[in-house]
Amino acid sequence: MKKKDKKGFFMWSKHGLWIAAMLIVIILPFFFRSGFSRSMLSQIGIAIIFALSYNMLLGQAGLLSFGHAVFYGLGGFFTIHILNTVSNGVITIPLELLPLAGGFGAVIVGLVFGWLSTERAGTPFALISLGIGELIAASSLMFPSFFGGEQGISGDRMTVFALTGIRFGKQITIYYLIAFWAFLSIVLMYLLTQTPLGRLANAVRDNPERASFIGYNPHWVRTLQYALAAFFAGIAGGLFAVNYEIVTAETVGFIPSGNVLMMTYIGGVGHFFGPILGAVLVTFMQLSLANMTHAWLIYFGLLFIGMVIWAPSGIAGIIMLHEPVWKAKLMKRLIPSYALAVFPALILFLGTVMFIEISYHLSLSVDPTAPMHLFGIHFRAQSLFPWGITVFLILIGFGLLQRAIKRVRQSWGEVNLIMKKESS
Amino acid sequence: MFKKFVSVLMGVGLLLMMSSGVIAAETVKIGFLDPLSGPFANVGDAGYKHFKYAADMINAQGGDQRFEIVPFDSKLSVSESLIHLKNAIDQGIRFMTHGTGSNISGALIEAISKHNERNPDQQVLYLNYSAVDPALTNEGCSFWHFRFDSHSDMKLAAITDYIKDQKNIKKVYLINQDYVFGHAVRDASIAMLKAKRPDIEIAGDTLHPIGKVKDFSPYIAMIKASGADAVITGNFGSDMSLLVKAGKSAGLNVQYFTFYAGGIGSVPAIGEAGVGHVKQVTEWHNNLWFEENKPDDEKYFMGYNRKYGGEGKAPFFFLRIRTMMEMMDKAIKKAGSADAKNVAYALEGMTHKTPYGTVTMQASDHQLIQPLYISTLSNAGTKTVKYDVENTGFGWKTDKRIEADATAMPTTCKMEKPAR
Amino acid sequence: MLEYIFFSTINSLLYGMLLFMLSSGLTLIFSMMGILNFAHASFFMLGAYFAYQISQFVGFWPGLVIAPLLVGVLGALVERYGLRSVHKHGHVAELLFTVGLAYLIEEIVMLIWGRNAVPYQIPNILDFALVNILGTDLSAYRVFMLVVSIGMFIFLFLVLTRSRIGLIIQAALTHPDGVSTLGHNVPGVFMLVFGGGSALAGLAGVIGGNYLITEPSMAAHLGPIVFVVIVVGGMGSLTGAFIASLLLGAIQTFAVGVQVSLSDLLALFGLTPEPSGLLKDFLRIQISHTGPILPYLFMVLMLIFRPKGLMGKRET
Repeated sequence: MKKKDKKGFFMWSKHGLWIAAMLIVIILPFFFRSGFSRSMLSQIGIAIIFALSYNMLLGQAGLLSFGHAVFYGLGGFFTIHILNTVSNGVITIPLELLPLAGGFGAVIVGLVFGWLSTERAGTPFALISLGIGELIAASSLMFPSFFGGEQGISGDRMTVFALTGIRFGKQITIYYLIAFWAFLSIVLMYLLTQTPLGRLANAVRDNPERASFIGYNPHWVRTLQYALAAFFAGIAGGLFAVNYEIVTAETVGFIPSGNVLMMTYIGGVGHFFGPILGAVLVTFMQLSLANMTHAWLIYFGLLFIGMVIWAPSGIAGIIMLHEPVWKAKLMKRLIPSYALAVFPALILFLGTVMFIEISYHLSLSVDPTAPMHLFGIHFRAQSLFPWGITVFLILIGFGLLQRAIKRVRQSWGEVNLIMKKESS
Repeated sequence: MFKKFVSVLMGVGLLLMMSSGVIAAETVKIGFLDPLSGPFANVGDAGYKHFKYAADMINAQGGDQRFEIVPFDSKLSVSESLIHLKNAIDQGIRFMTHGTGSNISGALIEAISKHNERNPDQQVLYLNYSAVDPALTNEGCSFWHFRFDSHSDMKLAAITDYIKDQKNIKKVYLINQDYVFGHAVRDASIAMLKAKRPDIEIAGDTLHPIGKVKDFSPYIAMIKASGADAVITGNFGSDMSLLVKAGKSAGLNVQYFTFYAGGIGSVPAIGEAGVGHVKQVTEWHNNLWFEENKPDDEKYFMGYNRKYGGEGKAPFFFLRIRTMMEMMDKAIKKAGSADAKNVAYALEGMTHKTPYGTVTMQASDHQLIQPLYISTLSNAGTKTVKYDVENTGFGWKTDKRIEADATAMPTTCKMEKPAR
Repeated sequence: MLEYIFFSTINSLLYGMLLFMLSSGLTLIFSMMGILNFAHASFFMLGAYFAYQISQFVGFWPGLVIAPLLVGVLGALVERYGLRSVHKHGHVAELLFTVGLAYLIEEIVMLIWGRNAVPYQIPNILDFALVNILGTDLSAYRVFMLVVSIGMFIFLFLVLTRSRIGLIIQAALTHPDGVSTLGHNVPGVFMLVFGGGSALAGLAGVIGGNYLITEPSMAAHLGPIVFVVIVVGGMGSLTGAFIASLLLGAIQTFAVGVQVSLSDLLALFGLTPEPSGLLKDFLRIQISHTGPILPYLFMVLMLIFRPKGLMGKRET
């Protein structure tokens, strides 16, 4: 009885999460009214689909791809070509359904490339994806009639009729279109993980021999998973095309391929919602942090390396680590040690930011001799004083953090002990 | 809105009138969109500094109108550039300038045209200082786009004008990057050489993938085998430096006619290999003031070098940015307000005196017509080549000046102009 | 024609040897540790920058020795304090660590040496034409590069076959578990190999940096071409890497000279189709345009049809 109750509560909280997410998505643009932030939200929506589709490979099937943007970009090109055909009146497809063109185009290419490249997982797959990525990126400039050369292919979404009768001129309308597709894709990709194919992909990832013993050809499972991942990447690309009304060769290139890898990994590959967090964080960093500091690439690189070394399960992994503790109502035992760690972490963060900003100011800024300002304080980067503070902050922060981490470990040990006792 | 505000103030009285004078010293924001982080940041960084300096110089003259340059990092990505365009519009910026990446310029023209049509109350003008794809002022032209650099066909016309008189050039080899700009340079070279020097043989014509070739020796072997005595190339960055270096190491004795040999960072990369061999076509180089005796210009660019030159590592390069800013200053004053449409009409047909002659903004296609120079990389510090570039010991020496009118090209632009 | 073939052979040899210098270290690292080291080209870049900096103070020749050693020490430190702590998270984490490292190294190089190319030039003593064969100069520096790379190949060959540590490395290439059961310090060997491999890349940077261009994007420019070498050459095989390097050098060099496109080929048979769109683009492409991307096609086909590579002892 009690057990059932708990399950019911859990089910509700699960659905509640979906509903809450939907509500947030609907009301977000009312809080972010500027064109920039609405564009950023739209880009985040696209990135979420793209990152989740990537995790269908990396997280669910154990396939590390360096060329996933091939499908993102091709999806974009298919969509923009169809959009232009519709504009010319050759065929009639409502604007709302155009991203499907990207998805279906990508799934066909995905089946071919998937079959070719997934015979073996692991390094051979990674290298084939790298090679295919290079080939497509290079040929994107060789086939101007499809890729539009350097200029890319552009279109006008206003010339396409819309099923809902909305005029898709303003960013807000496109935001809701992207939100709709993102929500639909997230639900579909989530349901896919529950299907036999999704389970098989996991099995093939963990132990391909065993999977083939029970009668499933790992090659086929991987190919199907690959093609489906391509489908959703194609949808993301299609939304890109509708949003920006232009698709260029950069979308099939290495930068988006690397980006989606970083998003997914930073978010966490082990949990379904991980890539969503990663997509939000990374897109935000790329668009907003880059406005705050031109040294943002360094922060981004440090974040990525830090995640790889200390938190390979990503942000989602860190969050889910606390799920059993939360359920056992033991969070209050962890929080004091966390609170103790916040302060030194902040000091260390401050010191690192100062170190990077001052070095950057001296070396690469527009005018190194000008006084620099950081956190509202003006000072001369050339003098020794700020350097002294920086080194001091870093050392103190690092030292205190070491002690705090010890405390955190200690309280984790206690919590684990209690949980073990309770369960036994 | 602003005009209304002023007119209300005018009605109120003398005291408030005086304060309106303070408000009328309005700041015109110009959004600068180019790569400011990552591998191409050196290009964007240089452009940004030039704009800042040009704005400083205009602001220093006093007057009611002040310029402020607001930087945006395009990261050389079309989608990010479009998002930053929105960002700039949010901040009330109505003038965007951009130079690096023809793909971005095409996208900006499209996006700004659509934006201006869909949002007539916040129209934006695109001021292009460096993207040279001829299409932008021909079939792809727009009322909202103005180009302050000569496009690649105009520069090529200048190069072929020079080759026309060089009787010792008999065979020309074309080597270009395999993309739109490379194709444009190749096609235009063939056509123009045929028209101006029908006796010249095109000894070879090669396209290579952009940014992928590490060792150009195989291409040099081809050029050598063809017996060419001049090479025309639209290559930029390492594709150009590596070409010249490989040529030197094989003892290839040709003249390179280039677009980008003088670009920031290129001369140090080419090094001695280019001396006497590498020619460029530009609107300015740092010995021009000496050759044409314009000490005022020396003062101007040496001021830049002191402030932003980074001990000579990133010297003044873009005269056209100065030209653009001075013309903008004039145009906004002429239009009476910083409204994009009015400023655009004020810019149309405007002439401006630069240190090196009069330039004109053509009304038909919004292309600036300016004199161009062919110059050769030479050892600096001599009587004729006074300054070097980027502390290399090598500087540029003018071979020929091509007058502004001679660089003008027919245009296929059919521009839709909004009602005044 | 004769001179063209002659010089193209020299060119392909030189380019191949440069590739080999880069990929020899990578092959060792990849075969032993299973790490696709994306930061390998970054060590190449660091070699060039260190050599430039040293040449500013004491000239080119000390740099030739010191710079690779510095890079090697740096590589060993990266292995000891970076990769080893990531190792427990598996190969994907190790690989991504090197991706992040490549990214950071580029940023740090920009912070220290700026965004533009640095004027790292060929030493004056080698800046002359050694011989003139059939009308083309063969510069002394290119001969010097060839000598250094061949010297390195012989040295590497001797170390691996004649020294004790070389034998352990050889054994660890094929049977890493067996070696550790025999009581050898495998982590120590890993550190040595990673440091040594990085030093080799650094040496390639020292002699390649001034022949090419020393700039922050030189690592990214080099790109994944070194992976092609190790795939084509085969897992755990230095000889394979050697052959693959020369082969790739030859493909890239000679493809440039073949200015034939598919439409030319069709014309041979009297076919002159006038297609439009995609087909037109396809027929227009000349073999010479594809030179630099052929290796990737080669790599993909190799992985699909012969995953062992040319000389590999086991599958990638």
